[in-house]
Amino acid sequence: MKSIKTWFLVGFASLLLVSCGQGGGGAGSKKSKTLDNTKKAGFVKCGVSQGLPGFSNADASGNWTGIDVDVCRAVAAAVLGDADKVKYTPLSAKERFTALTSGEIDVLARNTTWTLSRDADIGLTFVGVNFYDGQGFMVRKNSGINSVNDFKDGISACTNTGTTTELNMRDFFNSKNIKYEPIAFEKADEVVQAYDAGRCDTYTTDKSGLAAQRTKMSNPDEHKVLPETISKEPLGPVVRQGDSVWEDIVRWSLNTMIEAEEYGVNSSNASSLKDSDNPAIKRLVGAEGELGAAFGLDNEWSLRIIEQVGNYGESYKKHIADTGILPNRGPNELWTKGGILYVPPAR
Amino acid sequence: MNLKKFNIENKKIKNLIPQAITIAALISVIIYFATNAQINMGNRGIAFGFGFLNQEASFDITFSLIDYDGSYSYGRAFLVGLLNTILVSVIGIFFATIIGVVIGVSRLSENYLIAKVAEWYVEIFRNIPLILQIFFWYFAALRALPLPENAINFNDISYLTIKGWYVPKFIWTNFDIFFYSIMLAIISIYFINNYATKQREQLGKQLPTFTLSFLTLIIFPLITFLFFGVSLTFDYPFLKQLSPTVYTFDGGVSIIPELIALAVALSMYTATFIAENVRAGILGVSKGQKEAAASIGLNKNQILKLVVMPQALRIIIPPTTNQYLNLTKNSSLAAAIAYPDIVLVFAGTALMQTGRAIEIISITMLTYLTLSISISIFMNWYNKKMAIKEK
Repeated sequence: MKSIKTWFLVGFASLLLVSCGQGGGGAGSKKSKTLDNTKKAGFVKCGVSQGLPGFSNADASGNWTGIDVDVCRAVAAAVLGDADKVKYTPLSAKERFTALTSGEIDVLARNTTWTLSRDADIGLTFVGVNFYDGQGFMVRKNSGINSVNDFKDGISACTNTGTTTELNMRDFFNSKNIKYEPIAFEKADEVVQAYDAGRCDTYTTDKSGLAAQRTKMSNPDEHKVLPETISKEPLGPVVRQGDSVWEDIVRWSLNTMIEAEEYGVNSSNASSLKDSDNPAIKRLVGAEGELGAAFGLDNEWSLRIIEQVGNYGESYKKHIADTGILPNRGPNELWTKGGILYVPPAR
Repeated sequence: MNLKKFNIENKKIKNLIPQAITIAALISVIIYFATNAQINMGNRGIAFGFGFLNQEASFDITFSLIDYDGSYSYGRAFLVGLLNTILVSVIGIFFATIIGVVIGVSRLSENYLIAKVAEWYVEIFRNIPLILQIFFWYFAALRALPLPENAINFNDISYLTIKGWYVPKFIWTNFDIFFYSIMLAIISIYFINNYATKQREQLGKQLPTFTLSFLTLIIFPLITFLFFGVSLTFDYPFLKQLSPTVYTFDGGVSIIPELIALAVALSMYTATFIAENVRAGILGVSKGQKEAAASIGLNKNQILKLVVMPQALRIIIPPTTNQYLNLTKNSSLAAAIAYPDIVLVFAGTALMQTGRAIEIISITMLTYLTLSISISIFMNWYNKKMAIKEK
């Protein structure tokens, strides 16, 4: 049934694009149609994955958690004052961009790779990176394959359709001059099932995805992720092109979380830091400057993000590290601690 | 005289006006939607155009009937998807028809067991959603099939494994000559049948047309093998080791499990509806027809072939056309199990990579429309051919 649903969604979204009045617009001025609509509706319309542990995953009672979900919660905290005022729309890889451009959602936080053609070609704007990822391979431990150099002609590889993974896989096997059999499924659950059954010899996707999906295998200990990373996958939130105020709100909501970690501001100490000596911290908790006014928000927008959602480090620890997906932060560590997380200053 | 003519024309015009208004309204609605889409897409910075069809696709497809890899264009990828859709539809229609006829006839069997089994078959497969059946056949088959190193071996010629069914590849020399000989045989059979009909109608002679046709079909190609340098060799699949514990088959042709599962699910499901059509068709022929045929001395086979079937077909064909159309459209569920049909390849991967939702969805819809209309036209032609011809 999922496939039919996908069809409907894509078709319906296209129809929306066809039929709805001239929306969007509003560039240049401080007026943001998306912001106005969000305030009127009382919730942030956020597109997430159909279930990727650590990034966006719904529990049994329908509560969404993950670092992608936290981006949406941050925006809701900044704009509406309550991080819980988010309406989540689970989207397949295929549906996600159409859902965003047609206005069904206003923020897409769905482990989406930032690429030139996506940014420039199809009416989208990437606002930042909330997870630096790279594509890897998973194989069975007993296969005797210890590196991508052990791959030989005739290997079959399972993956998802409609992702950069499919393209990277081809580039990789072509560069190694290996003939391979690509088997691409629409949904991650089917990829896992097919790989688990033995339909393919290797499963390739973003390494964080591999780590998360491994937990879904019938026997996770039988599988391992190869050490090589074959691509750059900067994952980040996306907004529609043409509403620069909304774009700034989402960008700086994410930046606030990262900057808060850099200055040691977290959900428990934020309000007590209002009379800190450090002006940067004072700006973060809204005790100095008029930063919110730049996009039509009050001055406590960033304080609410930190108090209600937490800083990036807290979010990472809660969703990615403590769940055992990727305990080591690797490149997703602050630049001051040997990682590459570096955001422009909030001033 | 003049007045009358004017009246007739007046009536014609009167009839035309509502039609013209309807068409005008329809066209303006289409134009309204098109312009609106254009404005909206313009506002959102989305370009519109079909130029992308010539761009390099840069993704690979597991299973293709024509030469394809990522260096070909999106247009070529579309063609690969289309051919795969047609392939699974043709296989599905073929087996659905056979299973459907057998089950339909079985339901009318006087043997209680056969009739009940057929009835249960129909009730079970008709009432479970198709997508579940597709998943069932795919994942059940995947779990049941062995890994390549333990393949089910058919005389060292063919192997069935979880990675697919490996069969020998045909390597032809002078295939074109062989092909022409088959064509020639088919044309000859047509003339033989015509001649036989004439003989029967004019002289009352019965010629053994079936035997003659069969022999023609064997002898013509055989001659090309013996005298025209046509030959056929086989490339057999063989086991190949990829790593200490990973094996696959090389050589031959692999029929992927996705295709098998999809074809099985589609034909088993659609067969139930065709079976009901067949049953309705046979029951729809009045008993008197059979009794009349028996009273003029036709035997059981002749009654079925000459009296019952021609009348039953008139009832069977129209609803069965619907089922063929349904099967073709249902094949779009392929995307769920990674069979690279047009929806997965074109409306899936290509849509994602290019982001051209409106263009690609329109092309895909037009393609299904064309496929369906082609099937309809063919079946309508066949239906007309089978209809009662008043002499």
